[in-house]
Amino acid sequence: MAPPATLLTDLSATAARRLLDAGELSAVELAEAHLARIAALDPDLGCYLHVMGEIARVQAAAADRRIGTGEAAPLTGIPVALKDVLCTTDAPTTAGSRILAGFRSPYDATVVARLRAEGAVLLGKANTDEFAMGSSNENSAYKPVRNPWHRERVPGGSSGGPAAAVGGGLATLALGSDTGGSIRQPAGFCGVVGVKPTYGRVSRYGLIAFASSLDQIGPFARTVEDAALLLSAIAGHDRQDATSVALPVPEFAALLSGGGDLGGVRVGVAREYAVDGMEPGVAAAVAAAVRRLESLGAEIVEVSLPHTEYALATYYITAPAEASANLARFDGVRYGAAVAAPTLRETYERTRGEGFGPEVKRRIMLGTYALSSGYYDAYYVKAQKVRTLIKQDFDRAWEAVDVIVAPTSPTVAFPLGARTADPYQMYLADVFTIPANMAGIPGISVPCGFSGGLPVGLQFLGKPFDEATMLKVAHAYEQAEPWHTMRPGANGPA
Amino acid sequence: MSLSRADVEHVAALARLGLTADEVETLREQLSSILEHIAVLDRLDTAAIPPTAQVIALTNVWRDDEERPSLPPETVLANAPRRAAGFFEVHAVLGTSDAEEA
Repeated sequence: MAPPATLLTDLSATAARRLLDAGELSAVELAEAHLARIAALDPDLGCYLHVMGEIARVQAAAADRRIGTGEAAPLTGIPVALKDVLCTTDAPTTAGSRILAGFRSPYDATVVARLRAEGAVLLGKANTDEFAMGSSNENSAYKPVRNPWHRERVPGGSSGGPAAAVGGGLATLALGSDTGGSIRQPAGFCGVVGVKPTYGRVSRYGLIAFASSLDQIGPFARTVEDAALLLSAIAGHDRQDATSVALPVPEFAALLSGGGDLGGVRVGVAREYAVDGMEPGVAAAVAAAVRRLESLGAEIVEVSLPHTEYALATYYITAPAEASANLARFDGVRYGAAVAAPTLRETYERTRGEGFGPEVKRRIMLGTYALSSGYYDAYYVKAQKVRTLIKQDFDRAWEAVDVIVAPTSPTVAFPLGARTADPYQMYLADVFTIPANMAGIPGISVPCGFSGGLPVGLQFLGKPFDEATMLKVAHAYEQAEPWHTMRPGANGPA
Repeated sequence: MSLSRADVEHVAALARLGLTADEVETLREQLSSILEHIAVLDRLDTAAIPPTAQVIALTNVWRDDEERPSLPPETVLANAPRRAAGFFEVHAVLGTSDAEEA
């Protein structure tokens, strides 16, 4: 006998796996419960840009047949949402932009192909800031996303749709992308787990590129174990992405068993992550989390990351510079919206002028300026040099600690519209997440309490390609606290 | 760092980005403000620091030069705004003012 539908959308992937394999739940029931909840709640929440209802039903039926043969993979029959920067052949891919309205990719992203091979059920394409540029999802050209914990608050960004979908029970798992915090920051705001893997761990083939030296695809889940399961499914070398690294991929979830004891683990606390303007409730929740880690046996070690204060400025040169090059491909010739004009040059200018939204234009302009003749050394090369210093900070810290713990963001989810007038205020939402992208290291956000009734995120940063230790520490913390069991309202989001 | 309207228009031209007069003014103010924040980097002496373009220890990635199937032309052209005779269609460039830019 399957649990009632309201509980089906609350199950972890791990719990659903057990029920599916035991024959106590069908993938079709699980998919239908999610599609019903999406139909009921998403007109208000705005998590999805495109719901793949019929496709999900076909995949769920196929998953049930596969489970029946005893050949289920870890994600067979598990409902997953995809950030709409991941290319899919059987659903539109818009990157949250008007310029890609109606675009249908001729190929699947590698991560999508891997989920299909696992027999996962793809629920739909989740909302995002346009081209993943934003910290509140308010830059989506289509609609805002509302935070499942408070409908007048942002879900964070740029992966606001995936985070809110997992937080609100509109997906069991989701995939997002993280260029400066776009997985971890919305995970923190929506009270879920979000992982940015090490640069090179996951293939970006079929991810619409934003900043290619920073972008990584990663999982959203409601538990660390689920996130670990999804990470193992998508990670690993891919010949279609030369930056994906040929290292073995551990069964991350299997390494978590036994969890609780952190004896012998050195956890770094960086003094530079205590900044002015930090919300007191966030600081208090993070301080309590550090005490919890200590009580679990971890050795707390103070470390210094002296160039942290320069990371934001470095990012806002590097990322826009790379974006200005990547987004040159949207020219109205091969795909996407095109505005007819008398000459090729005017076609480019009008197509791009009308197709891109304000934040994307701002970043293209900033990046083009930083790369332009006369300013290249002062901005772009300068940022690359400071990037070296930021990376060296972490290299030195790893001599003393195994992981670093920090807040995910300085505040909890802010009200819709609160920061849209001042771009730099919006950029500050990512001040604690950007350094990991600059250094290429893995990071995870896990829930660590509440401030003013809204979730607070705790961030762990790990050594390159040592997601296993980072996940183990995050899992031990999570299991020692009740936060991951809390949901936004008994009968749905408040 | 304060930008002029001419600076903004020059960068927009480089980026092939059509902007309205209002957008030029808004971007002039916003980009000037962002560049002021970015100026914090001037405090660091980086003369002896090598640049980092990406963070993993990969240089060239080699693969065998082998034949593999590619997407059929019809699939590749399916999203094209304009197409003709199995090609993407664009305005003529040669013999126009665009030619000097090419």
